[in-house]
Amino acid sequence: MTHLDGNAAAGDLRTIFAVDVTTATGQCAGCGQTAPLGSAQLYNQAPGMVARCTNCDAVLLRLVTAPGRAWLDVRGLTYLQLETA
Amino acid sequence: MARAAVLGRLTWRAATVAAMRDETATARTLTLDIAGWPGHLAGQHVDIRLTAPDGYTAVRSYSIASVADGDRIDVTVEPVRDGEVSPYLARVVGVGDPLEVRGPVGGWFTWRAAQSEPVQLVAGGSGVVPLMAMLRARAAAASAAPFQLLYSTRRPDTVIYHDELSRCVADGLPLSYAYTRTVPVGWPRPPARVDAALLAAVTFAPDEHPTCYVCGPTAFVETVADLMVAAGHDAQRVRTERFGGP
Repeated sequence: MTHLDGNAAAGDLRTIFAVDVTTATGQCAGCGQTAPLGSAQLYNQAPGMVARCTNCDAVLLRLVTAPGRAWLDVRGLTYLQLETA
Repeated sequence: MARAAVLGRLTWRAATVAAMRDETATARTLTLDIAGWPGHLAGQHVDIRLTAPDGYTAVRSYSIASVADGDRIDVTVEPVRDGEVSPYLARVVGVGDPLEVRGPVGGWFTWRAAQSEPVQLVAGGSGVVPLMAMLRARAAAASAAPFQLLYSTRRPDTVIYHDELSRCVADGLPLSYAYTRTVPVGWPRPPARVDAALLAAVTFAPDEHPTCYVCGPTAFVETVADLMVAAGHDAQRVRTERFGGP
């Protein structure tokens, strides 16, 4: 199955967050790699979207949206470093 | 805090097709009028939503081709076979028609005028669209950052922005074409995809520490990004935007 880049999640994530999370640096809970979320592997040919680590393939983030609701799972991220300036 | 978060979230905006221009036999540029457009960075995209009479909706992402200019943006659409949205945008929609747009989005695959390092652009097909936005932004900002473009396309007549790119070359842009199906008469390289030898010959070397922007179909981006990292480019400096597809 082919994937896109984390960039492609920017629209859906911006309906939830006030900032662009795809420019944030995240640490993978699986292998510890840190990388911008925009550079993750994004699988979106499904009811939701799944972002995976480019180093170890672990799931970083899952997002499912439905009318009026969204489910966000970020268990795979130890932290997100956001630019607040 | 909650209040601020709500204010900052992105919502769908009404857009109107203000103008259209054919770029090739299949690719078309749409100029969209979007009241209250907040501006954008080169390389960002918009999500476009179409709604059928029965309420079914389809959303796709399209790169913005133009530099920030008031309430107007240009998107260039290459129709995807059996696509739900792109054939409508490239062939059916007309001036004055309404669309829904969400954006701008995506701050990672962007170029800012404050960047002074060399920039290597590598386009596959309509992947040239956000890279054209970067070339236009560089010109608009009178930036001295060294840019190079390698553009892989099927044939000479599938080149999007051909005349404008020729003007960029006249102004000093090193531009190389890689034709994958048909080459112009007398072209030195037979039809072939981008490979390591071509990248070594016509792109910035890793020791020049360029920021690389690679955009195109998934397989193209995968191949080129892997070749560039294998050649010694820092993986974090090879930014990619996959369009999906083969």
